[in-house]
Amino acid sequence: MSQASNKVFANGWMFAVYLFLYLPIVTLVVFSFNDSKLVTVWSHASTRWYSALMQDGDLISAVSLSLKIAFLSALMSVFFGTFTAFALHRYSRFRGRTILHSMATTPLVMPDVIVGLSLLLMLVSLQQWLGYPERGLFTILLGHALLGTAYAAVVVTSRLKEMDGRLDEAAMDLGAKPLQVFQLVTLPLLAPALVSAFLLTFTLSFDDVVLSSFLSGPGFNTMPMVIFSRARLGLNPTINAVATVTITIVSIAVIASSFYTSHVERKRKREMALAYSDGNK
Amino acid sequence: MNKITQFSQGLFQGNKLVIGIPYGWFILLVAIPLMIVMKISLSEMESTSISSMISWTNGLPTLKLNFANYQFIFSDSLYVKTFYSSLKYALITTLICLAIGYPFVYFMARAPKHIQPTLLMLIMLPFWTSFLLRIYAWKTLLVSNGVINNVLLSLHVIKEPLAMMNNSFSLTIGMVYSYLPFMILPLYANLSKLDLRYLEAAADLGTSPFKAFWLITVPLSKAGIIAGSMLVFIPAVGEYVIPELLGGPDTLMIGRVLWDEFFSNNDWPMAAAVAVVMIALILVPMAILNRAEASLEEGKS
Repeated sequence: MSQASNKVFANGWMFAVYLFLYLPIVTLVVFSFNDSKLVTVWSHASTRWYSALMQDGDLISAVSLSLKIAFLSALMSVFFGTFTAFALHRYSRFRGRTILHSMATTPLVMPDVIVGLSLLLMLVSLQQWLGYPERGLFTILLGHALLGTAYAAVVVTSRLKEMDGRLDEAAMDLGAKPLQVFQLVTLPLLAPALVSAFLLTFTLSFDDVVLSSFLSGPGFNTMPMVIFSRARLGLNPTINAVATVTITIVSIAVIASSFYTSHVERKRKREMALAYSDGNK
Repeated sequence: MNKITQFSQGLFQGNKLVIGIPYGWFILLVAIPLMIVMKISLSEMESTSISSMISWTNGLPTLKLNFANYQFIFSDSLYVKTFYSSLKYALITTLICLAIGYPFVYFMARAPKHIQPTLLMLIMLPFWTSFLLRIYAWKTLLVSNGVINNVLLSLHVIKEPLAMMNNSFSLTIGMVYSYLPFMILPLYANLSKLDLRYLEAAADLGTSPFKAFWLITVPLSKAGIIAGSMLVFIPAVGEYVIPELLGGPDTLMIGRVLWDEFFSNNDWPMAAAVAVVMIALILVPMAILNRAEASLEEGKS
């Protein structure tokens, strides 16, 4: 094969993969503006499914529950995930590190049904023993926070690996107390990773249907649970409208956060370059 | 002891808390629940509650282990078939993801350096938008009066709608679609660090590009291939949502059986036993994954 035809083949292959990934999303968005009740047959453009969405009480309360759970579980995930990342990264040789590492990877790879079932059986045993917790918001939150912790730990760990440990040392040599070092050096360097971990775990929670179904109690339906039960019954144009709203918000958030991260990164590099050039004078 | 460890130990009043908090969290939410699943899989359902494993006879505790659930799973042909079919679909999904993903990453790693982050972000972006909604989207594409059939019919490519939904075709598409990013990311982490000078050296020594690919690129990306394959295979074995929305009556998947045992039959011990067998099936792939990840780490440093 010649160089040029190689290039054409490579670009064609990559284009096909992106087409495969984005075709379903584009279809969803396009057909959300379809007037017909038949999701797959185009009649003419309208926003009637968006107005239908506004009056959909079940869905609206499900969205507000999902937002609440996603926000709280993302906070918990970042908190526990950061501790996990520090434990795994900074203390590379404590006894039982392998155990902690495998426990922290289990929720990442284990099929959702197993994580959901095992958590539920544990919570039921706990309830029989202590009379607490009731199944509902708290139990869903716990499940999502577990899954999120595992993901947040991966994000924070990879940041810790890139970070220059000498900066912490330098701050200590200059007389900073450990907590000061953490506040003034470690935390600012870690901030972009914490932001992306928060966004990632928020999305994971907002998207989860399996864990929520296992852990939820009567009257606690998250948005994916409502969508899932409708999608099981068949095609439903309101789902397309929900999808379009979600996709728009998520895309904006992801793009904004990636801009923020690269901005912070560039600023830091600039400052460091400046500091080094000052030092060389 | 070096300074970093000293410093870290000072942080949060010593290392006990930094290690203790995540340890406690995961023991409570991972280790104990899995032990409870094992325990319950060895009991049976008594009308509304689960039988207790320890019964008291004449003031002495006797341990009653009930293997009936496991005996049933291994003697019932439907269960055996379902486990076999789950492994089959997971394997097919993994192979297709590798066949699509490997060339993709190979080309991506050779694209101009400054556009690579954008190419990578475009792979991640669908992963950020709801998985459930993307699976639902495939349903609107594949059903008999769906978008693909409508387009093909109006272009007179086909006369009858193609049966693409609720069968192994739709299930495989949905699984490959959802898990492809999990293959691409570790492969990219691996292949983007490949030293191109090895390939130049091989070319200088007269090796054909095709031979160089098999003798150099593939072996050097082994860890990425293994990690990606396991990240696809393991969750795919127990997948529930995709078979429920895109699968049909013939596409048996164990995640769906577990769900039905739990939610429809209310047989918790049976669901727990199915879960334990599933865990046993994915233990070996998980061990392989751990080793591959460890060797990826070494390659990085």
